[in-house]
Amino acid sequence: RSSTDPRGIRDFVSLDYSLNVLKDGVDTQSETFQSNLKAMKHLLLDLRQHVEKVRLGGGTKAVERHKARRKLLPRERIDNLLDPGAPFLELSQLAGHDLYNEPLPSGGIVTGIGPIHGRLCMLIANDPTVKGGTYYPITVKKHLRAQEIAAQNHLPCIYLVDSGGANLPRQAEVFPDRDHFGRIFYNQAQMSEAGIPQIALVLGSCTAGGAYVPAMADESVIVKGNGTIFLAGPPLVKAATGEIVSAEDLGGATLHCSVSGVSDYFANDEMHALAIGRKIVRNLHLAGITKQGFERTAEAEVKEPLFKPEDLRGIIPADRRQSYDIRSVIAHIVDGSEFDEFKKLYGPTLVTGFARINGQAIGIVGNNGILFTESALKGAHFIQLCAQRHIPLIFLQNITGFMVGSKSEANGIAKAGAKMVMAVACAKVPKITIVVGGSYGAGNYGMCGRAYSPNFLFLWPNARISVMGGAQAAGVLAQVESEKRKREGKTWNPDEEEAFKNKVVEAYEREGNPYYASARLWDDGIIDPADTRQVLSLCLSASTKSAPRETSYGVFRM
Amino acid sequence: AGDRRKKPIEKILIANRGEIACRVIRTAKKLGIKTVAVYSDADRFAMHVNDADEAVHIGPAAANLSYLSAWKIIAAAKATKAEAIHPGYGFLSENVQFAELCKEEGIKFIGPPSPAIHAMGNKSVSKEVMTAAGVPVVPGYHGDNQDVNFLLTEANRIGYPVLIKATLGGGGKGMKIVYNESEFLDCLSSAQREAAAAFGDSRVLIEKYLTRPRHIEVQIFGDMHGNVVHLFERDCSVQRRHQKIIEEAPAPGISEKFRQQIGEAAVNAAKAVGYESAGTVEFIVDTTTGKFYFMEMNTRLQVEHPVTEMVTGQDLVEWQIRVANGEPLPLQQHQLQLSGHAFEARIYAENVPRGFLPAAGKLYHYNPPPVSTTVRVETGVDEGDSVSVYYDPMIAKLVAWGNDRSAALIKLHSSLSKFQIAGLPTNISFLKTLAKHSAFVAGEVGTHFIEEHREELLPSANHSSHEAGSAAPNMSEDPRVAQQAAAIAAVGMCLTPTDGLRKRGTGGGQARSGWDGGSGFRLNHLYTRPMMMEWKPDTAGNASLPIKLIATYDKNSKFSVEVEGEELLRLTVSGQNAGSSPQDLRLEIDDQVASVSLAQYFQDGTNNIHLWREDKHYHYTIPSLSLEREESDDEHGSDKNHHEQTYSTTAIGAVTAPMAGRVVKVFVENGGRVKKGEPLLVLEAMKMEHVVRAPVEGLVDGTNVIVGQQVNDNMILLQIKERRQNVPDEEDDD
Repeated sequence: RSSTDPRGIRDFVSLDYSLNVLKDGVDTQSETFQSNLKAMKHLLLDLRQHVEKVRLGGGTKAVERHKARRKLLPRERIDNLLDPGAPFLELSQLAGHDLYNEPLPSGGIVTGIGPIHGRLCMLIANDPTVKGGTYYPITVKKHLRAQEIAAQNHLPCIYLVDSGGANLPRQAEVFPDRDHFGRIFYNQAQMSEAGIPQIALVLGSCTAGGAYVPAMADESVIVKGNGTIFLAGPPLVKAATGEIVSAEDLGGATLHCSVSGVSDYFANDEMHALAIGRKIVRNLHLAGITKQGFERTAEAEVKEPLFKPEDLRGIIPADRRQSYDIRSVIAHIVDGSEFDEFKKLYGPTLVTGFARINGQAIGIVGNNGILFTESALKGAHFIQLCAQRHIPLIFLQNITGFMVGSKSEANGIAKAGAKMVMAVACAKVPKITIVVGGSYGAGNYGMCGRAYSPNFLFLWPNARISVMGGAQAAGVLAQVESEKRKREGKTWNPDEEEAFKNKVVEAYEREGNPYYASARLWDDGIIDPADTRQVLSLCLSASTKSAPRETSYGVFRM
Repeated sequence: AGDRRKKPIEKILIANRGEIACRVIRTAKKLGIKTVAVYSDADRFAMHVNDADEAVHIGPAAANLSYLSAWKIIAAAKATKAEAIHPGYGFLSENVQFAELCKEEGIKFIGPPSPAIHAMGNKSVSKEVMTAAGVPVVPGYHGDNQDVNFLLTEANRIGYPVLIKATLGGGGKGMKIVYNESEFLDCLSSAQREAAAAFGDSRVLIEKYLTRPRHIEVQIFGDMHGNVVHLFERDCSVQRRHQKIIEEAPAPGISEKFRQQIGEAAVNAAKAVGYESAGTVEFIVDTTTGKFYFMEMNTRLQVEHPVTEMVTGQDLVEWQIRVANGEPLPLQQHQLQLSGHAFEARIYAENVPRGFLPAAGKLYHYNPPPVSTTVRVETGVDEGDSVSVYYDPMIAKLVAWGNDRSAALIKLHSSLSKFQIAGLPTNISFLKTLAKHSAFVAGEVGTHFIEEHREELLPSANHSSHEAGSAAPNMSEDPRVAQQAAAIAAVGMCLTPTDGLRKRGTGGGQARSGWDGGSGFRLNHLYTRPMMMEWKPDTAGNASLPIKLIATYDKNSKFSVEVEGEELLRLTVSGQNAGSSPQDLRLEIDDQVASVSLAQYFQDGTNNIHLWREDKHYHYTIPSLSLEREESDDEHGSDKNHHEQTYSTTAIGAVTAPMAGRVVKVFVENGGRVKKGEPLLVLEAMKMEHVVRAPVEGLVDGTNVIVGQQVNDNMILLQIKERRQNVPDEEDDD
């Protein structure tokens, strides 16, 4: 047959389109699916209730008082600042959850990413209805995390300032250390230096240290009447110098726009300030844009996954000990459910391959069981491929850890794991981690846990994060305790041992819970599995706007 | 004639603009004839310029310096070596000197010979000719004596009401009705002034004004071999401001015998002046007696010629060109047959509630109905073009054909419903009401139709809905329906997202990012978007109605919208762009699938939203917050007003321009006293004079206009200081 045989050509084309389509392999009518779905729905209901609660801010009274001053709530301010109808990716919604004796909804600050005149910005908005917008330790941490994301992804920062400054009773946890209050202004300086615009909208008070947010900003707006900027408020001024002065005269819009020059734009009211904020972004031109973002060799048409995203909720086993095929997750989140798997037959407990989300090429690293030497080597290989090709990496974590035992150790599992960790740590491509199940031990490192600075890290509501499983930890600790007692000549009856173990399991269960993690900002938020594709798509386009960087590595132990 | 036939026309210059220029170009192209357009400064990018093979600039926007400048047009024809000139209608189409100039310069004038134009152009002469030819004429004075007192005596002799018309006029310009002797002198001077402005000749004639007349005209055609045929009649009775608004062929409710008689009379009239090419003999029919009288003959192609084309299956422009080439008429009388019924609706930029005042402006949105073998849209504009103050404000002609009158009328109405124009006021809504009116449906037409049925056709606050009963109550005026439509428009806005001021790219090859598309995505909760709109009803009297809505973004382009009001209105809408154009949306509204169209644009800093759903059109604006204010040191006073929204208001007693136009006369001075209804000044637009009268009694103040000045729509012309309180703010319905 000649090379122009039409059948041959047709076969070739059809190969392009069929070889890589994942089968769902999930029976949505099955009992298992239905019971999984029920369990997940329960978790999601819980999640939405928590979010509903934090969206109310600091309680009815505080909100009423706030609104009486013709102020909008922080999320309303953000809605009005963003392009109408545009998505907003809120970060760390549940920061501060059950962290202090008093509730601190969203950690007293709302952060997230959204477009203004089409330009993606990081928005950082104090919530003055929560403890007067003062900075608790977690508030500082959340503010710094938002700045970190902005710096990493070259996003202009808009600070919607309305805060009483540092929380004075907790000054020791807020003020002195490196990653405390002062770091906010350090970051502003660093980002401004890097050309990432820093814009402050002063919608309320900016007292003491807080005064430096607008003062350090490239451009700032202040609202007449409500906005004030001063190092010390009228009470402190009176105490220090005896001068009696009103807040407006001391640091109001008129003073700062016409006399002191601390602020650049005078706003008649909040909506005016937000409108000016939008204009400032419109005039940013190329500020903060590094030459060229990632090349997007998009398909002619973005194909939706073949399977409904909602069905992801029924895939995750209600019982965490059960395993499931990570490919069924991939099938529900990538374009056309098309996945070009790399090294499928080698080290099969780690699934690696290429796909697209909303047209953006990505590499996926997902767990299908314990990591063996081969899986770790395959992972290191694949990560190097993606880093060299400037392909962003998505980690789907469901990992109990690396294989233990004499055979593994002799096989150099530590060496193999180190290679994967080295590759992950050094890869200079956007990395996004979703914890879709367990995240235990060194597996967390190899799969780009928080310590590896992924651009974004989100949890599913069923996620668990700890150094090892609760039962294993209880076993180890019980054994240590039992040996200690044996040395001391004490006996340990089985009931006591059981109680000891249960206590450990309970502690691990509590501390491994996604809410515990999210409250402490070990992640960027908890998401509905059905939103995974949407969230990944937003994160990918937020993190591929800056120019790709070349990757180099340290010494790989061979 | 023989050598004229030897050299057929190969290139035509069209000495006109707008739809008629485009119309002539279309037929010329069909015949393989090259075309040359002419354009003024205002028309540099107009459709007729685009459509023609060549185009020549002929001067500034003002018509008397461009489209009426005979020598410039002759020069353009010579420069482009065009052998013939088609004058269209209006402008130089019935100008004897121009026709003669063409002949002198060796250029074919596509139209009748100049003596015929001359005979028919002068109404007095034409009536004498007609009387001699045995064609009945209306009693009147058509002579050259223009002495004011003589004319008054003549008017008194004829008996009131009488009509004063420009001797050289046509199209209603320079035409006044006088109901009694006391008004006569005012009307006469106004008519003379308009006549002078429009035709460069202030002479007028006077004739009897019939109280219940119909306007029926006959299309005739002659060739240079002495043949004359008629192509049946048209009824053009329905008029406003003495200008035709809706025309049809054949005339409803006439007998075949009457048709023959009036046709023969028209042919006789044409033969009496040795007519060639297309012409129209206009008759006035006294419905009380059934008699018809010759009114005038238009020696040109008429605006409404398409209805005749539709019922005879002929291309009259092609006939004109073939006759100009010296060919005999393509068909003889017995070969011409009537088939079906056709309507033409003229779509004007005009302000119907303000007494059909001409309007001007930009066509921010222009989407005509789809054309077919039975629906024609004749236009010279497209989206983004402007209707200028310099020329006639007609936007388009919609022509619909059906097997019979009612079938044609249904098609006309449905096509009008699909005619989408936004950015300036139009008469579309009025035409729709007219086409549905029971008397019109019954064919009971007359030149006073609009006056007689004013209350049903022009609902306003003064005589509101309790009358509406059978006469198609205008559903779009129901606030609840408007609220529901607002909810749909809100979803439409959510589905066609913008980055604030600029429209977002629709994708199409360009890589989309997850942030595009206006999904309103929020993490673990739904996005609610409060929206504020203001409904602008099409009719006068209905004040604009503020509507507050909250749209909640669900997944997959699904929205639930709540409208605040006495009764909470909730709609669930899902859908996406229908694809063909970004404004067409296919929506599922509470389990019913519907197609709607949406237009959005900024005009003078205001965001305008138009929605077309089923037969209805809704216009909303989005009130903008007044953000910019004086940056004053005053911290005490203005705090309270933070959320106040400002709308433009006009102080009572301020007299604003009812339309854009030129001031031709100012009657008052600052400090002068005026009575309510007293004339203040005269504006001229589209060659129509409009008297601006005092809305209240008082002292004139702040007059800031001078004769010759161009004023804009709604511009404050002067103030009247009130003497009395509680003077009702009455609308000037002149």
